[in-house]
Amino acid sequence: MNEPAAESGPTLPDSAPALPKAATGIEGFDAVTFGGLPAGRPSLVCGAAGCGKTLFATTFLVNGATRYGEPGVFMSFEERAEDLVANVASLGYDLGGLIAQGKIAVDHVRVERSEIEETGDYDLEGLFIRLGFAVDAIGAKRIVLDTIETLFSGFSDEAVLRAELRRLFGWIKERGLTAIITGERGAGQLTRQGLEEYVSDCVVLLDNRVEDQITTRRLRVVKYRGSAHGTNEYPFLIDAEGISVLPVTSAELDYPVSDGVLATGIAGLDAMLGAGGFYRGSGILISGEAGTGKTMVCASLVDAACARGERCLAFVFEESGAQIVRNARSVGLDLGRHVESGLLRYEAARPSLYGLEMHLARMQRDIDRFRPDLVVVDPLSALRGPDAELQATVLRMADLLKSRGITAVFTSLREDGSLGRDGDIGVSSLMDAWIKLLNVEANGERSRTLYLIKARGMSHSNQVREFAMSREGLQLVDAYIGPAGVLTGTARAVQEAEEAAAALRRAQENRRRQREAERRRRSLERQIDELRADLDALAGEEAILLDEDERREAALESERDARAVRRGG
Amino acid sequence: MSVPGRLRLRLYVAGPSPRSTRTIESVRRLCEGRLAGACGWECDLEIVDLYQQPGLAAQDGVVAAPTLLRLSPLPARRVAGDLTDAHRVLVTLGLDPAEASPFQAARQQQQQDTGIGGADGV
Repeated sequence: MNEPAAESGPTLPDSAPALPKAATGIEGFDAVTFGGLPAGRPSLVCGAAGCGKTLFATTFLVNGATRYGEPGVFMSFEERAEDLVANVASLGYDLGGLIAQGKIAVDHVRVERSEIEETGDYDLEGLFIRLGFAVDAIGAKRIVLDTIETLFSGFSDEAVLRAELRRLFGWIKERGLTAIITGERGAGQLTRQGLEEYVSDCVVLLDNRVEDQITTRRLRVVKYRGSAHGTNEYPFLIDAEGISVLPVTSAELDYPVSDGVLATGIAGLDAMLGAGGFYRGSGILISGEAGTGKTMVCASLVDAACARGERCLAFVFEESGAQIVRNARSVGLDLGRHVESGLLRYEAARPSLYGLEMHLARMQRDIDRFRPDLVVVDPLSALRGPDAELQATVLRMADLLKSRGITAVFTSLREDGSLGRDGDIGVSSLMDAWIKLLNVEANGERSRTLYLIKARGMSHSNQVREFAMSREGLQLVDAYIGPAGVLTGTARAVQEAEEAAAALRRAQENRRRQREAERRRRSLERQIDELRADLDALAGEEAILLDEDERREAALESERDARAVRRGG
Repeated sequence: MSVPGRLRLRLYVAGPSPRSTRTIESVRRLCEGRLAGACGWECDLEIVDLYQQPGLAAQDGVVAAPTLLRLSPLPARRVAGDLTDAHRVLVTLGLDPAEASPFQAARQQQQQDTGIGGADGV
């Protein structure tokens, strides 16, 4: 069953005249198969016991009846109708109601070896007729045969059975019914009885794998004749909200970017950033050891976002949401009101609850449902797994958020921002901004400092800030950077006091020198005044002398004139 | 040795095919011949066309065609196939004329079944 006929890339769009498809309504599955199962044909859903085959098939029928107006027949070879109704009720499916409305028919075919003896020639016309009857009774467009292989345990003549199965699938196609045939996983082949030989249009394999004691359900479209489909193994989830396949999209780097800026709620931090905050849709890493205040920085971001009316979703792996809300109150942040107003949701889960893939898948589902503007993952480093998988998970997580334009805040306990045992998984390079929180220990005290290592696309302060948490909130204080290095805490206070004293001294000295200068200036001015007075006195004397001269000259002149008159006369 | 009584049989066939006709004939022959003669059974044979009464077939859990059901006396038993081997039909229906009573026969048949079943299961 290694037929590559329908193999192609998962991102290939279906451009050719598309094969008619019947949507299953299973979140994600229709996306992976570009529309659902092949309409009017049988598809095989196989997997080991307990991997969700019956549930998958039931969901296909229920959604068909409720959403797509296609009634369906469930032919069960294993569970009785009542059991089936009870089993799926836990997922919120009202199978009983749908049966009563005539939208779904359940037919339990009981096949037991001890009850049936065979003598001579026979066929399974009885089954066909029953199926046909049920289909006609409600006008079914969809059918499920779960698990038809049970027939092999009831009848011994395999040649007859195989011929009849071939006829059955031919009949399904002829009637144009979209069918799901479930099959138990067999050794070395997809199903025990090799059903994949008969159902060649679409084969879906379900798997429930345990790695490191953590189970992950996965789904793979093994083949899909005549259609493109995603070829990866996709995790899927069965919970109270039904079954959802969670294709985690490939890491493409073609998402739109935003120029919008998101204030952090910490005035000092906003001031450090050239744009007055982080860009919207960017990935922000906050790294720091335990007790450096990562969660509170996140809380501040969340509070600021919610206060602007934005939706926030926080995935927390080490504390419960209620605990974070309580703790945030100690720094003056009231997150409780945001939780109440529905703007903020905490999704708390232990990292070991699911595998990495499932965490990612669950996040994607929650994000798509809640549609947040800001997502917090606290702490990212709590996720454990094989390094290669961890790297891929983080990459896809960042991509998942970016492609949706959601601002993401990740925290990491690793100071260098890396993950994994060997520390070679660089998370920091995936992030657009990186805040590093560092506890500086000196002189018998510890103080919190904050560095802004990077902020892509904006100028930012390169200086270390001291970071203080108090009832008034989070505050950044300029740390002392001087010849003696960076000083924080009390040392900073002492240094600042010393500096203040020195400044005072300098100011006093300055004033003294100013006074001295003033005094000298005044003395010079006085001298200038005296000299000017002398000058004035001198000028006066000069004028008097000049006047006397003139008068004497005039007297002499008149005397000469008088003498001339006397001589001439 | 025989316990006379009423035997209710129901035969499901799929439409008027040659096989259906053949099966109906062989069952009729069986009822009128060996069952009535050697065991003194009064046969009450009902022939049902699957196409005509699919609801009834579903109720009886009939999958294969043709299928012969022994409805009473209990326990109910069923044989699938065209029923050409009369002796085997009687044995599997628990109506082997060699046996004293159908009830005892049924019991023995059951024991035999479990024995055979066990062997088959290995």
